[in-house]
Amino acid sequence: MQSSSARMRSTTLDRSLQKTKGDVNLTTFALLFSEMVQYSQNRVDNIQDLQNKLADFGKHVGVRILDLFFLRNGKDKREVRLTPMLIFIQKTFWKFLFNREADHLEQHAQEANVYYIIERECLVNKFISVPKDKGNLNYASFVAGIIEGILCTSGFTCKVHTHQAPRGTTHVITFAQSVMDRESRLDAK
Amino acid sequence: MSRTNVKQNLDARRVTQELFTLTYGAFVAQILNDYEHVDEVNKQLDKIGYNIGVRLIDDFLARNPNVGRCHDLRETADVLAKQGFKTYLGISPSITNWSPAGDEFSLLLDGNPLTEFVELPEGQGQKLSYNQMICGAIRGALEMVQLEVECRFVQDQLKGDNATELRVKFLKKLEDALPVGED
Repeated sequence: MQSSSARMRSTTLDRSLQKTKGDVNLTTFALLFSEMVQYSQNRVDNIQDLQNKLADFGKHVGVRILDLFFLRNGKDKREVRLTPMLIFIQKTFWKFLFNREADHLEQHAQEANVYYIIERECLVNKFISVPKDKGNLNYASFVAGIIEGILCTSGFTCKVHTHQAPRGTTHVITFAQSVMDRESRLDAK
Repeated sequence: MSRTNVKQNLDARRVTQELFTLTYGAFVAQILNDYEHVDEVNKQLDKIGYNIGVRLIDDFLARNPNVGRCHDLRETADVLAKQGFKTYLGISPSITNWSPAGDEFSLLLDGNPLTEFVELPEGQGQKLSYNQMICGAIRGALEMVQLEVECRFVQDQLKGDNATELRVKFLKKLEDALPVGED
């Protein structure tokens, strides 16, 4: 027992993280996601809780996948400014995750700390039809969780939530005041 | 349709393996939190796999119209390993250790995408059958083509074994396709 656990510990950490990039069939992912939704749905009372649960899954993925991305792609540079970071997520990171870029990145007209990432067709919603009695439910909260995980571990404290808008799935990113203060300090320099 | 167009369509049908791996990890972690007993967690993972398998087989047959009825278990094993695993997990396990009666075989999994960054927790966690979803999926998928099988892991690299070995045992042919509940 002793020797087997020691051997296992070494194999997990010794294994190289540098691996050629592989893909997995979308069907496999979609069915797994569907099971996640059903599992969570059986354990919550309302839509908001369900979305929170999905977002928690996303956060778990987000904080881990960011480091992996930088390591695999041999990129040493990390964005410290708000706009380049958001563009990085919208273009580079989205491409890494879903094989395409997100359609739009926009800032709220009045509130400077609110940004939108908009997708016409969100991958996780592709095979999902929302029941009529759950009108506001959007399963892309999972993706919102990923975005929040990435931004928060990169030092951009924020809250992300998702809703369905006429132009597609919209992830609303609300940054904390501390982030905005830092931005204006950096601007002043 | 131009060549690039076709390629784009194919690309859009795939996601990064890491996204899949980490999503499954998040899911297992959540189930571990929800249940006190590891055996219960294994059961849940098996159930999840079963639900996936039941639906996966339709997708599989729709994509591979050239796959016909298998005449014996060897043929089934071949399709399962070379086409099923290849399509949905991107790996091709090797088929070995046939029982003398020819009703039981092993799949040796080489480089399982599910376990990429996984380490089992100490104590109770060592009993966790992390890949149990695969067993459930095989059971579910084969049940839909009227084959009842039993599926279990006999060796697991996560537990310090040298290989990950999945044992599939043929139980019986199902005569009537029973309607399946959502559960």
